Amino acid sequence: MTLLEVRDLHVWFDLPHGGELHAVQGVGFEVDPGQRLGLVGESGCGKTTTILALMGLLPGNATVAGSVLLDGEDILAVGEDTVRPHRWKDVAMVFQGAMNALNPVRTVGDQIVEPMELHGIAEGEAARRSARELLEMVGIPGSGASRYPHEFSGGMRQRAALAMALACQPQVLLADEPTTALDVMVQAQILEMLVALSTELNLALILVTHDLPVVAQVCERAAVMYAGRIAEAGPVDALYHDPRHPYTRLLFAATPDLHGERDVVSIPGTPPRLDRPIVGCPFQPRCDRAFEPCPVERPELMGVGSNHIAACHLNTVAAWNGA
Amino acid sequence: MKPSVAAGLAAQASADARAPLLDVSDLQTRYPVRRGIAAAIARRPRRFVRAVDGVSFSLFPGELLALVGESGCGKTTTALSVLKLVVAQDGTIRFKGQDITRLRHRDLRPLRRRMQLIYQDPYESLDPRFRVRQTVEEPLIIHRIGGSRAERRRRVLDALARVELSPPELYAERYPHELSGGQRQRVAIASSLVLEPELLVADEPVSMLDVSVRAGILSLLDGLRRSGLGTLMITHDLSTAAHFADRIAVMYLGRIVEEGPAREVVHNPQHPYTKALLSVVPKRDPRVRTKPQVLKGETPDPVQIPRGCRFHPRCPVAEPRCRTIDPTLHRGAKSVERHLAACVLI
Amino acid sequence: MSTAPILGLEPGVTADVVPARRKGGFVWQVIRERPVAAVGASVVLAFVLIAVLAPVLAPYGLHERVGPVYGRPSRQHLLGLDDGGIDMITLLMYGARTSLLVGFAATLVAGVIGGGIGILAGYFGGAVDAVLMRVTDYFLVIPDVPFMIVVAALWGPSLTHIILVIGLLLWTTTARIVRSQVKSIRERVYVKRAGAMGAGHARIVLRHILPQVAPILVANVVLTIAVAIFDETALSFLGLGDPSKISWGKIIENAFQRTALSSGAWWAIVPAGICVALPILGCTLVGQAMEDALNPRLRVSHLGARKFRVRAMVAKGEL
Repeated sequence: MTLLEVRDLHVWFDLPHGGELHAVQGVGFEVDPGQRLGLVGESGCGKTTTILALMGLLPGNATVAGSVLLDGEDILAVGEDTVRPHRWKDVAMVFQGAMNALNPVRTVGDQIVEPMELHGIAEGEAARRSARELLEMVGIPGSGASRYPHEFSGGMRQRAALAMALACQPQVLLADEPTTALDVMVQAQILEMLVALSTELNLALILVTHDLPVVAQVCERAAVMYAGRIAEAGPVDALYHDPRHPYTRLLFAATPDLHGERDVVSIPGTPPRLDRPIVGCPFQPRCDRAFEPCPVERPELMGVGSNHIAACHLNTVAAWNGA
Repeated sequence: MKPSVAAGLAAQASADARAPLLDVSDLQTRYPVRRGIAAAIARRPRRFVRAVDGVSFSLFPGELLALVGESGCGKTTTALSVLKLVVAQDGTIRFKGQDITRLRHRDLRPLRRRMQLIYQDPYESLDPRFRVRQTVEEPLIIHRIGGSRAERRRRVLDALARVELSPPELYAERYPHELSGGQRQRVAIASSLVLEPELLVADEPVSMLDVSVRAGILSLLDGLRRSGLGTLMITHDLSTAAHFADRIAVMYLGRIVEEGPAREVVHNPQHPYTKALLSVVPKRDPRVRTKPQVLKGETPDPVQIPRGCRFHPRCPVAEPRCRTIDPTLHRGAKSVERHLAACVLI
Repeated sequence: MSTAPILGLEPGVTADVVPARRKGGFVWQVIRERPVAAVGASVVLAFVLIAVLAPVLAPYGLHERVGPVYGRPSRQHLLGLDDGGIDMITLLMYGARTSLLVGFAATLVAGVIGGGIGILAGYFGGAVDAVLMRVTDYFLVIPDVPFMIVVAALWGPSLTHIILVIGLLLWTTTARIVRSQVKSIRERVYVKRAGAMGAGHARIVLRHILPQVAPILVANVVLTIAVAIFDETALSFLGLGDPSKISWGKIIENAFQRTALSSGAWWAIVPAGICVALPILGCTLVGQAMEDALNPRLRVSHLGARKFRVRAMVAKGEL
């Protein structure tokens, strides 16, 4: 049984002047212990909303549908009541800009001990000892526990945030753009650590980012999101070498590579509005390979290879050659 | 402006076209570290953040030079110093042959027209209350260009067309909040172009934009470069620099440690820092697994710059002599002309 | 290229105040959107109209004796008569002129001084800021009423003096609020950009900073009007008001001085008091509604309310 399985997840937000924003439109994926899954997309595609929904961290104007199965149990069944017992204990999160969200008036050690005590994992001296061990595990000397966040650099604060997330020994770690604001060398250190942690602790990692190369290097599988839906999902190798959705292909092509020789492209147009129903394929207006069915009929996710799915009509055409 | 300044500019106008647009020599910019009253009374020596600690480079018209480095390396301060938005303590800055290092406020205004800065954040760099046409027109008004309203409007629409915001009349009436990030950045670029500058400094021009729109903005800058504009691009993204820059200068702790044609620096790096940086940049092809040379620790505080080679504490191939020798940029044995690095080992 | 705004906002985050397209657009917007403000504005407007049209609306003459001292309220005189036999409603209407005039004029003085000092201090910072703020602090700690008494006693109680005195007392709050707003706007990238472009101080302040400061300045000014009206009433009540002009405070003072209470003539005091309270209340309602509207609108509620709703899964075709 998979550790975490998301099925047909939908999230709507009430808009201030009436109407709804359909931010997540039927997203599904799964992760097993020790696996690293990338959730990739640009701003507005719904990837952050998706993982917030996994932890039930949505605001009052949000409505959720679908199931989030943790070890077979639907933690989203009734909402807050079914999610809360699992929040942080089984599923934990490192937020975007977490390094700036540490409480400035409490020591780092205290902030790691806090979730432990709140969730009944450990207390007092035992908790403090665990906190120091956690800090060592993320690359901060144990003595750092008595320091305050402002005494650390950005990279160290991000590690501290990671330690806080791991305080209750979760099975799944959600990381939202964990290295986006960091220098490339520090990014490399943090990513190296995430991979090590996921292997050593058998931790399932869901990495949300807009940075494709990061996903290509860290994750085994990835799902590319566009306009609230999954456009394509599969092994990262297949996504790069055999993309089955034009958006995936174009997204890679738009990413400059150190040694890449080909021209970097940009994708004209903007993503569609999510406050009204979309007819046909959401990517069609910007797609370079759109044909007759695209503006009319919404493509469904279909298998296109081993563990590889894509939502594109081109996959139904026998002459598709993956451009 | 003072007559001598005007004369200087006029003389240079007829100079050789291959003369450097910008010539920076041994630039030094420091920020004092605030010290408390106790330290002041105890007369402890003032400490400085040596943001730019001896930087030299040239930029030619029609060239795009990327200043690359991690945060704190001094790339942004260098750019601000060149633009005279920050006062440098030492060194020389020559713009088209004219020494502008010590120019005073009054004389700077005509200069500002010829050197423009594109900011990193397109969401903050436009006044939310101004329509696009007002934003793009403002520089013309400030510098008193274009005698009539109609003339200014013509220039505004022209600039909008140059940044590919078509039809310009439509975009001219929009407010920033009605535009996407990429469109806003184009408006910012247009408002610089409208002055017809000779030097463009772009501070991380695409880092806050979605990946799919970055190439559009960068190729716009590329096109401008082809039309003779000299561009200094600040970026932390080596891949972008590799693709779009003519030359790359890698900075570390206030100095340029390697500089050369972009292709060369990326394919044949000479300095250990450059090599390490290139090795940790994630590649988009999952099959390419270079062995990342992850350096230990983090960049030291620019207040306490290490003695000798400033990189030696973190350098994977440091030798004992690196602790005492502070290398200057020079051409190594294995590199081509104009590819320089500051390391004793090459 | 599509010009639709991108909906790439994080959940729970709403964008900043959309710029007003018309002059006074902000004020109008607040009044339109918040019933409380509409009520307050109507009340103030009503009083202003009464004040302006007093000579036309007043049922009797201002100095016209129409009955006995402290005549009781009757059908011809709904609020009775004062100690001089003059119709109370007439008195209140004419009183409105002075009270509101002083209120608005003093606020103008306070707004101009406070706004000016706030802008200078916030924009230039450094030594200018330090000096101006010390001056502000100095004025801030002066106790209002004794100051008013002393100045009125020294300068003599003319209307101009009263306006100036009240204005001098009230500018400090405005200065502080404007200063902090200017300081934060000054750091915005587009302001720095204008400076880097070569714009002079005047241009930056007038075209970029002032339009952003205006809404909060207006909100503060409206609230200051309330205080100014009150201060004028207090001054007049203490006998320091202009003796040649009738104002609500003076009406109350007269009543007190001439034993209205012991005569049981409540109509000589209470209506005037209500007249003071109502415009103050109106201004407060509008001013506070404006301040509410200006509160930073960024509500990042990821970690906030967990009251999201769950919708049952429906069949594919129905979504």
